[in-house]
Amino acid sequence: MEALEIARWQFGITTVYHFMMVPLTIGLGLVVAVMQTIWHRTGNPAYLRMTKFWGKLFLINFIMGVATGIVQEFQFGMAWSEYSRFVGDVFGAPLALEALLAFFVESTFLGLWIFGWKQLKQGVHLACLWIAVIGSFFSAYFIIVANSWMQHPVGVEMIDGRPVMTDAWAVFTNNTALVAVPHTLFGALAVAGGFLLGIAWYHLWRRRRDGIDTVGADGKVIPGAADIPGRDLTDHTVWFRSLRIGAVVAMISFAGTALTGDLQGKLMFEQQPMKMAAAEAACHDGTGFSVLSVGNLGARNCDDIVALIEVPGILSYLAKGDFTTEVKGVNSLLDQYKADYGTHLPNDPIYGERAGQEIEYVPVMEVTYWGFRMMIGFGGVAALAALLALWITRSGTVPESRWLMRLAVFGILAPFGANAAGWIFTEMGRQPFVVAPNPDLNGIDQVFMFTAAAVSPGVSAGEILTSLIVLTAIYAVLLVVEVKLLVKYVRGGVVSAMPELVHAPVDENEDGTPGPGGPGKSGTADDVLAFAY
Amino acid sequence: MELLPTIWFIAIAVLWTGYLFLEGFDLGVGMLMKIFARNNTERRVLLNTIGPVWDGNEVWLLTAGGATFAAFPFWYASLFSALYLPLLVVLVALIFRAVAFEYRGKVDTDRWRNTWDWAIAVGSFVAAFGVGAALALTTTGLPLDANGDRDGGPFSWFSGYALLGGFAVAAFALLHALAFLALKTDGDVRHRARRWFVRLLPVLLLPLAGWAVSVQLLSGEAWTVAVLAVAVVAAAVAWFQARSGNEGRAFLAVGVFLLCGSASIFGAVFPVVLPSTIDPAFNLTISNASSSDYTLGLMSIVACVGLPLVIAYQAWTYWVFRRRVSAKHIPDAHSFLPAIAAKAFTRND
Repeated sequence: MEALEIARWQFGITTVYHFMMVPLTIGLGLVVAVMQTIWHRTGNPAYLRMTKFWGKLFLINFIMGVATGIVQEFQFGMAWSEYSRFVGDVFGAPLALEALLAFFVESTFLGLWIFGWKQLKQGVHLACLWIAVIGSFFSAYFIIVANSWMQHPVGVEMIDGRPVMTDAWAVFTNNTALVAVPHTLFGALAVAGGFLLGIAWYHLWRRRRDGIDTVGADGKVIPGAADIPGRDLTDHTVWFRSLRIGAVVAMISFAGTALTGDLQGKLMFEQQPMKMAAAEAACHDGTGFSVLSVGNLGARNCDDIVALIEVPGILSYLAKGDFTTEVKGVNSLLDQYKADYGTHLPNDPIYGERAGQEIEYVPVMEVTYWGFRMMIGFGGVAALAALLALWITRSGTVPESRWLMRLAVFGILAPFGANAAGWIFTEMGRQPFVVAPNPDLNGIDQVFMFTAAAVSPGVSAGEILTSLIVLTAIYAVLLVVEVKLLVKYVRGGVVSAMPELVHAPVDENEDGTPGPGGPGKSGTADDVLAFAY
Repeated sequence: MELLPTIWFIAIAVLWTGYLFLEGFDLGVGMLMKIFARNNTERRVLLNTIGPVWDGNEVWLLTAGGATFAAFPFWYASLFSALYLPLLVVLVALIFRAVAFEYRGKVDTDRWRNTWDWAIAVGSFVAAFGVGAALALTTTGLPLDANGDRDGGPFSWFSGYALLGGFAVAAFALLHALAFLALKTDGDVRHRARRWFVRLLPVLLLPLAGWAVSVQLLSGEAWTVAVLAVAVVAAAVAWFQARSGNEGRAFLAVGVFLLCGSASIFGAVFPVVLPSTIDPAFNLTISNASSSDYTLGLMSIVACVGLPLVIAYQAWTYWVFRRRVSAKHIPDAHSFLPAIAAKAFTRND
């Protein structure tokens, strides 16, 4: 393999991996902040337990997002130096602003939240979490602004062959970003919803299996208590509320992703028609949405693809909002792209071995076609499961079925799958461009860069292969470690995050009010640390 | 002279210095996990001095990298691609170190803790060494061709300066950590840290001074040499202050040493940001490596608001966690809890 291919695999693997941790961080962060707010307002001990338990899982995951995020920033310079030189004037700014205005906030205030349970006043402590959560939203915003510029370059003029920023407002309010940001945030919330639902289901199930909770003659739950630390009446409330919150969050976020996804699709039909045609494996102009297409989707042309089942009008609705407008298919777009951007890569040394080769304007349709469907499918399945879960648990607990419990736990993966599929679709669908040209009326048509020109010319394939192997191996090991830790803490239940439920509380009552040990602030020198590594 | 590129050269020097100042001591504390701390409680004392702040400190690295990308894309592209493998090693070190902080206390076995302790110690050393090597090479030069790409194989970046810079930052981090621990802990750890500080200061500051002197020899000016002299005075002050037990002043004096050392280095290389060892005509400078004035102007406005804010709330964090940590503060139950919890609940799953 050549450097370009390896560098692309590396970027794909590290990005998809990073984006397993990030949505959970963003989504769960918001959920935990809401839980702590409810506790702060009502003093309900169930919400303190929820805050501590979900907060613990949040932190185990957060650190992985941090650790893998640095790789993303360094990678542009290391493996994609020509890209960095070409776009630096406009693309570097959102990355720098992300670090300066968002990630600093996130890291610093999260540190205060983790360690500040006793050092800070309750309200200030809660505010720290909210600030960190809002910081994570801004983080997402800046990164999406950068990505959206690659999808839809705006606010620049070409000077000496490079795009130079002339209108920052246009860059930071890129319409592509304005719909992609909510889409991504809802996608992140969907992950948190499924996570809560699956894990809470598991604990409610265990309480039933252990005979702690029973269902009465009227079909309603009779919560019980057992002589096990933490398995009291409040524990039932913790899991049941978590389950309901998770289900509602999952459904709201699916609705959110669907609405914003629809807007995004309509934009993309204008901005990158080839991506959307490839998402549909739509070879010919038409109005029909393919439910099942067969043939050689990987062939990079449309010679032998047959749409077996097609629903007329739906494609037009996705693209334009009506049922009759003809949407251009791959074949007619191909002619347009060849006419606009050439049939062969220029004979420039920047393209390396690929100089002069014919350009493949059709993305790998196996990936775009199925990626698009997996994104929607996984998202839809998760929302449907959440709706069912609400109905099934109307009795106040879950059924005794072990299989249903397993299904709920495995369901956690569905929103992760939807997110990964969505990103793979949108990034692969942009190929062969790393910065995509926009043929629509308002777009800037002549600012684009072929991916083949973006890779670092001075770096050898062997170096990039080394890093691909090293990073993939480390990521695999760390994924195993993270999942094992999460499982361990999930199994332990609330007490694994709240030592004070096992041992007699030293200086704090369970509801968080100051106990015999004195007020919960930095006071006596004998205070133990509120949280210790 | 170009105003905005100059301002951004200074801004990036400030960001790197801020990074070395802040993450300097937490990298050093990480390195001390194995060679200084005697038992698990002491290791946890060490960890808890940096626990609330290390992640915020590390963002200075990301900001320095991001700001270099935005303000000097050609510098960023050439430096990061030329140092591909060494930066990979730095990334791996940073990944393990970060994960280790969070995960070491989460399973209660000696083997588990020991594994992550090594990850913290080695990861901290390697990260400090790698960052130092990269910074030294950006001040002394890399074999870059006319396009700014590395000439020669994957290791053609290597020179004695890489080793010098690596040792400079790693040793500085160690010393800074000793000063920090003397300031932030109590009991045996505090006194031992101070003793080590007094004994090791001359050795640990030597490589950084050596790097600064080399840069003066390559491209120094009168004012940068003068600033370097101030750094040497600060080192002497740090030594005397530590010996007479003024931990706060010793820590500050080490900070002044870093600030002046860094100013003398960045000042001497200005306006070159990355020299080419092949041909001075290929040097990257603040003029040929920078972004447009529009971009730099925008970034300046944001930085003027953002950076003071960052410094303010990070300072507040240090204030909130200003108390000294000592062995008696370390709760012993914490790390055992998941095990207890798991035992209490395990029936058959």
